[in-house]
Amino acid sequence: MSEAVSKGAGPIRRILSEPLGVVGVVLVLVVVLGAVFADVLATVDPSSISPRDRFLPPSLAHPFGTDHLGRDLFSRVLHGSRIALAVALFATAASLSIGIVLGLIAGFGPRWLDALLILLFDSVKSFPTVMLALALVTLFGPSLTAVIVVVVLVNVPGYARIVRTQTLSMKDADFVAAAESMGAGFSRILRVHILPNAIGPLLILASMDIPVVIAIEAGMSFLGLGVRPPTPSWGAILNDGFTAIRDTSWIAVAGGLPIIVTTLGFTFLGETVRDVFDPRLKVR
Amino acid sequence: MLYYTLNRLALALVIVSVVMLLLFSMIYLIPGDPAAVALGPRATEAMREALRVKIGLDQPIWVQFWNFFTSAWTGDLGREVLSDRPVAAVVLEQLPFTMALIFSGVGWSVALGIPLGCWAAVKRNSLADHIVGVISVAVIAVPSFVVAIYALLLFAVTLRWLPAIGAGESGNFFDQLVHLILPSLAVGIGWVGYIARMVRASMLESMGAQHVRTARAFGLPESRIVYQYALKIAILPTITLLGVGIGQMLSSAVFAEIVFARPGVGKLVYDAILTRNYPLVTGTVLVTTVLFVLINLLADLIVGMLDPRVRSGL
Repeated sequence: MSEAVSKGAGPIRRILSEPLGVVGVVLVLVVVLGAVFADVLATVDPSSISPRDRFLPPSLAHPFGTDHLGRDLFSRVLHGSRIALAVALFATAASLSIGIVLGLIAGFGPRWLDALLILLFDSVKSFPTVMLALALVTLFGPSLTAVIVVVVLVNVPGYARIVRTQTLSMKDADFVAAAESMGAGFSRILRVHILPNAIGPLLILASMDIPVVIAIEAGMSFLGLGVRPPTPSWGAILNDGFTAIRDTSWIAVAGGLPIIVTTLGFTFLGETVRDVFDPRLKVR
Repeated sequence: MLYYTLNRLALALVIVSVVMLLLFSMIYLIPGDPAAVALGPRATEAMREALRVKIGLDQPIWVQFWNFFTSAWTGDLGREVLSDRPVAAVVLEQLPFTMALIFSGVGWSVALGIPLGCWAAVKRNSLADHIVGVISVAVIAVPSFVVAIYALLLFAVTLRWLPAIGAGESGNFFDQLVHLILPSLAVGIGWVGYIARMVRASMLESMGAQHVRTARAFGLPESRIVYQYALKIAILPTITLLGVGIGQMLSSAVFAEIVFARPGVGKLVYDAILTRNYPLVTGTVLVTTVLFVLINLLADLIVGMLDPRVRSGL
């Protein structure tokens, strides 16, 4: 960490004082702006098929080339970023809310319920991620829902554990007992004493999980188990590229590059956020 | 230690049971009649009924679960739909390919990760250290299936240095080894980052240890201090980290097997899903999950053996 920026500086300035943080912010901004302005930047419809233009190399008209159906890859990649970011945002928010509720139940509830929940978390964590995803797809069928359920199941145990630990260490603390004796209700104790202490580590963990979520969405779509065609998803584009790998390499490159840029961007950013706000969490 | 071992073992057994319960509920919840799916549209109602009785679907749900549970513990995972072979036999036939892939992945991560971590620790806070740090984060971040596709594209399709598909001629060790290079790189490269970071951190700790300072005071050559004294201690936490690593590499192996068209449990379960061969899907998921639990148990026990604090922390 550079010494030039004082501890009191604003969080954004502290992140931007780290070279890795700057790279992370730039990469994430590229992806987010691409998603927001997808319609402006790419005027071609991502799903419009043009068999005469298949397997075109990059050109001014098609900056990333075209795929096996003659669809514009630049447009597909930009629209794919909407799917990736929407899944990341929605699934992370859902995991956080469910994790907080289950963590509170485990922390405040009777011991047997706590033990049961912990056992359930450990069991879900015991599935290798891909195997869990494959098993769930047989249940839900290939869909965006399946992707979100997988992400929630993978993430919730970690979040719930943080909230549970925090709750257990707080609920018998003297200042909570004092608040209680002064007539503070359950919801006030939750809002004022327990959640504020858990929210920091939770948000740091969640920000570091975002690249994992994006990888799960892309990975499942790559296997044809996530977003259904013709909806553009990076994983699906990568799969098109894999199928056509002996005809052209551009499709595979166009499908893989945004995944690399996004996972790197969010990882660099997440690592910096963690180092800046909570160096204790730095495990490895 | 005995108490700790028994405790971990009991927990592992309970977890495996819960995993079985979850998998069973999943099969039970799959929409559609399994008998109809298995026999296809041309089967008569009588044929479907016969199959339902044969695989026990006419029994009440708790009896079905009890049957599934008891037979799974004795290694009977049912029969797969297409060839009517026992699921356990089919899975065990494919498992060695996946294990070979995972252990070669471990090979890559150890062979690259340990020297990188050492180097970063010795050159602490230098440019080299920072570069190793960024590379470690980067290889952890990029998903293994992207690495697999790009490796296939670069080394197999464009440069034609290495074979693109299959596991190699059976019996020809060298051929099989050559076929392992790219898939195992895709499986192991992410863990190069984890190992490098772990080795760096524990090397920094052990280089400040008393015996290393003594060795330095006696004027031993620096390379001997680093590799013989400091690394020897620093390597222990890395071994336990690999326990977790092997489990996670299982996920990457699924992708590597599909991309490089290699036989293995990942390819098996993927093809089973595409052909709706559900007994094979649940059987494979169960076997790999139990494997994952066992490997983590082993890692836990090794940590407990090396570090008494973990045992008492129960």
